[in-house]
Amino acid sequence: MTSTSTALVLVDSLAEPLRDADLELVTIARDLGVVAVVSFDAPAPATLDQLGAYGVARVVELAVDGEPHLTGVAAQALTHVTDGARVLLARATFAHKEVLARLALLSGAGLVIDAAQVREGDGGSVVGAKRVFAGTWDLVCEVRTPLALLTVRPNSVRPSEASDPTTPSVEKVDVPAEEASAAAGGVRLVSRTVHEIDAEAGPALAEAAYVVAGGRGTGGDFAPVRELADALGAAVGSTRDCVDEGWIEHDTQIGQTGVTISPRLYIGAGISGAPHHRGGMQASEVIVAVNSDPECPIFEICDFAVVGDLATVLPQAAAAIRERRG
Amino acid sequence: MGLRIVVLTKHVPNIHSNRTFVDGRVARGAADGSLNELDEHPLEEAVRLLERMSDEERAGSEIVALTMGPAEASDALRRAYQLGADVGVHVLDDALAGSDYLGTAAVLAAAVRRVAQDGPVDLVLAGMAALDGLGSVVPALVAAELGWPQLTNAGALAVADGAARVERDVDGVTEVLEADLPVVVSVNDHINRPRFPNFKLIMAARTKEITTWSLAELDVDTSKVGAAGARTQVLSAEPRPERPPVELHVDNGEGGVALADFLASRGLV
Ligand SMILES: Cc1cc2nc3c(=O)[nH]c(=O)nc-3n(C[C@H](O)[C@H](O)[C@H](O)COP(=O)(O)OP(=O)(O)OC[C@H]3O[C@@H](n4cnc5c(N)ncnc54)[C@H](O)[C@@H]3O)c2cc1C
Repeated sequence: MTSTSTALVLVDSLAEPLRDADLELVTIARDLGVVAVVSFDAPAPATLDQLGAYGVARVVELAVDGEPHLTGVAAQALTHVTDGARVLLARATFAHKEVLARLALLSGAGLVIDAAQVREGDGGSVVGAKRVFAGTWDLVCEVRTPLALLTVRPNSVRPSEASDPTTPSVEKVDVPAEEASAAAGGVRLVSRTVHEIDAEAGPALAEAAYVVAGGRGTGGDFAPVRELADALGAAVGSTRDCVDEGWIEHDTQIGQTGVTISPRLYIGAGISGAPHHRGGMQASEVIVAVNSDPECPIFEICDFAVVGDLATVLPQAAAAIRERRG
Repeated sequence: MGLRIVVLTKHVPNIHSNRTFVDGRVARGAADGSLNELDEHPLEEAVRLLERMSDEERAGSEIVALTMGPAEASDALRRAYQLGADVGVHVLDDALAGSDYLGTAAVLAAAVRRVAQDGPVDLVLAGMAALDGLGSVVPALVAAELGWPQLTNAGALAVADGAARVERDVDGVTEVLEADLPVVVSVNDHINRPRFPNFKLIMAARTKEITTWSLAELDVDTSKVGAAGARTQVLSAEPRPERPPVELHVDNGEGGVALADFLASRGLV
C-alpha cells in the first residue's frame, strides 16, 4: 500500500450513522489507502465517532448549490475530490453506477461495475472481481488508470473496526451554482419521493444478509413469505411477475431488471427460477427453495429444497425457527 | 415535424443458453445470440411514440436501430426490423473488439452524430441494461458524450412540446425528470409490453438492407476504443465450481421443520 494515496468512499448521507453496506466499503478502503469519506451533506457527531472507530482519516462534505441527486451534478462535484486519489468506492446502486461512469469520463479513470471483491494488484493497481452470467462466471478485472472507480456489491466483506481509531478531519468543499447548473446538462428534477422504509418490515433488500422471496406460486398472498422473513429477520423479495400483477411493490423485485442481491441466505418460495430472476440472486451464499413442482429449474441451483405447498411449509418453518430462538 | 429516434440495440448471448467467455471476452456466436431482450422495450416505445402522432405530424419520422459489434450483431438489427425499426445501422470494425463501457459509448455517440448528419435526431432510446454485462451505464455515457440530457431507467415516457418527461422508480426513490429534446432515454421492462411482430414485418426484415459503418466513417477518438483503449483489463474469466447436488425434501407434513433444521445445521438461525 502507498500510504500517501487516498482511498475515497462515496456515501449517500452522513446525517445518520452509516449502514453496514457503507462500513464494508470503508473496511475495504483501509487496505487501499488513507480513507476519506465523501458525501453531499454534513456529518452528524455520532457519525464522526463511528467513522473514527473505522479508521477514516478525512470526511469531505460536497456542498452543492444545486441538485446533487442529478447524475451529472454529482459526477461533476466529485471531480473536486479525486485529484491524487487512487480509488473511489461506492455501493452498487443504479444511481452510483451512473455517477461513477460519468465521473470516469470527466476524470479519465477506469471503471469496474459491481465488484464482489476489491484488492490491490501487482504494481499497485486496483483489481476488482465480479460475478457475471447469473453468478456462473468469475471475472477479475484490473484497472489500468491511476484512479480506479468501483461500485461494490453488499456483503462482499464483513465490516470491521480499525485497529487504530482516528479522529477524522472535516472539510467542506463548495460547488457553486453555475458549475452545478451547467453539470445538470438540461435535466430538470420535477419531483423526488423517497419511499418510506418501514423498519418493522425488515432490512433493505439490496443489503440484507437474509432474504425470503415469493413468486407467482404465492397466488398474491405474501403473508406466509412475510411470516418467515419476520422470523428470520430477513428482507422480502419477489419476482417480476408479482410486481406486474400488482401484488407487491417494484422495490422488492429481484433479478436482472430489479435488485441484485448476494445475501448469506436466499429462500425462494413459489418461484420457478427463470434466468432473469436467477441473474439477481444466484450469487447468494446458501440457496433454499420451496416449490410444489419437483421439476422446477430453481432446484438445480439450490442447496436445500422442499417439494411442497408454500402456504403450509413457510408458516411451519417460521414457527420452528421462533421456537429454536426461544 | 416528426421524430427521429435512434434505438441502441445489442446482440447478446441468449440468456437461456450456456454463456461463456473466451480470452476474457464474452463468447459470441450467431447460433445462440439474440437481441438483448430488454431492447425490445425501447423499440416498442419508439413505435408507440410514432403511432400516437397524426399522419401529418409523423411525416419525416424515422426509427433507426443502431448496433455495434461483430458480424453476428446484425441479427439484433434483423430482430429490430421485425419490431418496427425503419433503418438498421451496424458499426462493424475489428478494432472495436474489447472496448470498455467508455469506448463503447464513444463509438455509439459518434454513430448518433453520423445519423444526425442526415437530419436532426430527437431521441436516443435504449434498454436500461444489457442482459450480458449488466453494467447499465452505457446510456448515461452516451448522453455525456453527446452533451445531451440523460433520462435513464424510465418506467414511463411522455414526449410533447419539444420536451421529454420520464417517471422512474430506482433505488427506493420515485422521480420525475424532464428535459428538452434532444435527449437520451433508457427504459426498463415495466414501461410497455412489446407486441409480437406481424408476419409482414417478419418477412420484410429478412431482406431489408443494413447500413454498415467502419470506424473510419465516424468521427471518434480511436485511442479510446478496442482492448488497447480500454481502461480496465480482464485478467481472468473462470466458470464457478458447480454447487453440490440439492438436498431435496418432499413435504409430508413436516417440510417446514426440515427447512428450519437445515438452516440450523448451517448456523443460519
Ligand atoms: C427482459 C426481461 C426481464 C426480466 N427481468 C426479471 C427480473 O428482474 N426478475 C424476475 O423475477 N423476473 C424477470 N423476468 C421475468 C422472468 O422471465 C419470469 O417470468 C419470472 O421470474 C417468473 O416469476 P415466478 O417464478 O414468480 O413465476 P413462475 O415462473 O410462474 O413460477 C411460479 C412457480 O410457483 C410454483 N408454485 C405454484 N403454486 C405453488 C404453491 N402453492 N407452493 C409452492 N410453489 C408453487 C410453480 O410450481 C412454479 O414453479 C424478466 C423477463 C424479461 C423478458
